[in-house]
Amino acid sequence: MTDLSRRTLLAAGTAAAATGALPISRARAQAANTIKIGVLNDQSGLYRDLSGPGSTACVRQAVQELGALGFNVEVIQADHQNRPDVGSNIARQWLDRDGVDLIIDVPTSSVALAVAGVVREKNKAYINSTGASSDLTGSQCSPNTVHWTYDTWMLANGTGGAMVRAGGDTWFFITADYAFGHALERDTTGFIRANGGRVLGSVRTPFPGTTDFSSFLVQAQASRAKVIGLANAGGDTINCIKQAAEFGITRRGVKLAGLLVFITDVHSLGLQTAQGLSLTESFYWDLNDRTRALTTRVRPNMPANAPPTMAQAGCYAGALHYLKAVKEMGVAAAKADGAATIARMKAMPTNDDAFGEGTIRPDGRKIHPVYLFEVKAPGESRGPWDYYKVVQTVPADQAFRPLAEGGCALVRG
Amino acid sequence: MDEIFGIPAPLLFGQLLLGLINGAFYAMLSLGLAVIFGLLNIINFTHGAQFMMGAFAAWMLLEWAGLGYWWALLLAPIIVGATGVITERLMIRRLYKLDHLYGLLLTFGIGLIIEGIFRNEFGSSGLPYRIPPQLQGSWDLGFMFLPIYRGWVVIFALFACLATWLVIEKTRLGAYLRAATENATLVQAFGVNVPRMITLTYGAGVGLAALAGVLAAPIYSVNPQMGSNLIIVVFAVVVIGGMGSILGSVLTGFGLGIVEGLTKVFWPEASATVIFVIMAIVLLARPAGLFGRG
Repeated sequence: MTDLSRRTLLAAGTAAAATGALPISRARAQAANTIKIGVLNDQSGLYRDLSGPGSTACVRQAVQELGALGFNVEVIQADHQNRPDVGSNIARQWLDRDGVDLIIDVPTSSVALAVAGVVREKNKAYINSTGASSDLTGSQCSPNTVHWTYDTWMLANGTGGAMVRAGGDTWFFITADYAFGHALERDTTGFIRANGGRVLGSVRTPFPGTTDFSSFLVQAQASRAKVIGLANAGGDTINCIKQAAEFGITRRGVKLAGLLVFITDVHSLGLQTAQGLSLTESFYWDLNDRTRALTTRVRPNMPANAPPTMAQAGCYAGALHYLKAVKEMGVAAAKADGAATIARMKAMPTNDDAFGEGTIRPDGRKIHPVYLFEVKAPGESRGPWDYYKVVQTVPADQAFRPLAEGGCALVRG
Repeated sequence: MDEIFGIPAPLLFGQLLLGLINGAFYAMLSLGLAVIFGLLNIINFTHGAQFMMGAFAAWMLLEWAGLGYWWALLLAPIIVGATGVITERLMIRRLYKLDHLYGLLLTFGIGLIIEGIFRNEFGSSGLPYRIPPQLQGSWDLGFMFLPIYRGWVVIFALFACLATWLVIEKTRLGAYLRAATENATLVQAFGVNVPRMITLTYGAGVGLAALAGVLAAPIYSVNPQMGSNLIIVVFAVVVIGGMGSILGSVLTGFGLGIVEGLTKVFWPEASATVIFVIMAIVLLARPAGLFGRG
């Protein structure tokens, strides 16, 4: 190598170091003025379609709609593989090292509860949209948690309550054997008993890893219960409904109660198999002008151009409300104290295109109306994703577990 | 009503039958694995993805080409088998001289890639696929209603297993295959094109997985992870039966299906674990597996 070229290289190296240093200091200044949102959910398993990349698209939609906030917002995502250990590790790394201020979404109740603990320990903010366990605002409630979209009590009240009132007074549960399934079975059982019904039996199915439910369905049928309650979600529910149709269980007068059914599940089953199913959701894309407008805006960015599920809509609305609160209290204060940010969110009324106007209760429960839907028959559907008709609207003040009954320490104290 | 261990007898018979049906899937999948391991010495971890591809091929044939279930039963194994042939030619072939571990890692990686591609393309919640009209409805067996389609699955799977066994044990082609397993160089010296035979064997093993996938499409959700749920169980079946033992994998497949079915009655929470407990016990007592030649 000649002397000349070495000198040129050295000069180039110094120049690179100098320009390299600039972005670092600029990055530090920027980090202080940036709110970082981590979307933590299932990106590769059975809950991917109902949350997954679509949830991230919905959070980004909220950021985009708010426009100039006076601070930067960065959105990142990760896959928790439906495993509590993986989920809490990612959460810890995000909060400790990567400067994440808000963790949002988090399906799978076991992971949702684990992450709630980590966020509380680090005093950051947590909006759970897709986790179902009502314990998030009950026995395990936290000043750092808002539970946005739905919970097991609401589902049990909606679908369970409606079915008992319609004469389905004896039940058999097929329950996914983890926190979510247990909570859903427990909450639904409460409604059945309160309405004079009886639970004849239940079976706990290994999660994840069960694909054939025929054996459990036959056990359910043998119990002679009028209703088979499906305390599971996603692929498990799809397989149950599909196989119940195969075994002719519904044709023989036994009713299936899909306690947690998302529109993506109905899409997967097809209307031919899913028709007539009753289900409870707090958001449906074709509900009113505002939900339709939101769907039109966000759909181009959704995987496969699907309309958002209620879980994904919850991510949109939650992020929107969080960022409004941050704007009001200032970035520095929001970054320093997650519980204070959540408290500010509770103090402000919510208003968004997905859920309309609402509030957040002291226990962290987001309150809005809930809808009991029935899946349309193929002949009634006017086009792709036209799947639901509204059977009943449960007003916001009756849709969720009363504040006093949850056993949340924040309420008693 | 008669009771056995506190469970009404009719319910128990029903569960035995359902276990047998699940066993049919285990048998077909482990058969393909055993054939591939026996001849190629490759532990084919792509098998679950290939099973899934079979189910998706059936869906694609219906949606894109208008070809129904019966065509899928014929065409899907050929199409997916052909992708297997290409994979063997381009990649797996290079690993025959190396330790098992390399083949395992390669096929596992290929499986993950295939699953990822399908997940990106079709999402995770699955696609609808209906039972063919000729096989809809159910038989009243007295102790339970058996959907005709499930009966068909058992009969068809038994037939496929028997045919594979006959080809390998009773035909000249099968004799070549078995000879090539023992000593490939010598068989090649007799003028048999061993590399091509191995390629086609891999294709056939993959085709069996795809065939099982088509059988599964109408009763399980057709989704990208449907194979990975089954494949671990199927590997346990192969290990229990004895790696590479054709008859062993078929018998253990059906047998473990029944054991799992019974567990679902007596202790449902353990039904996903019971096969692995059996695997551990078998490995302790007979490391070569129940039917393996240790």
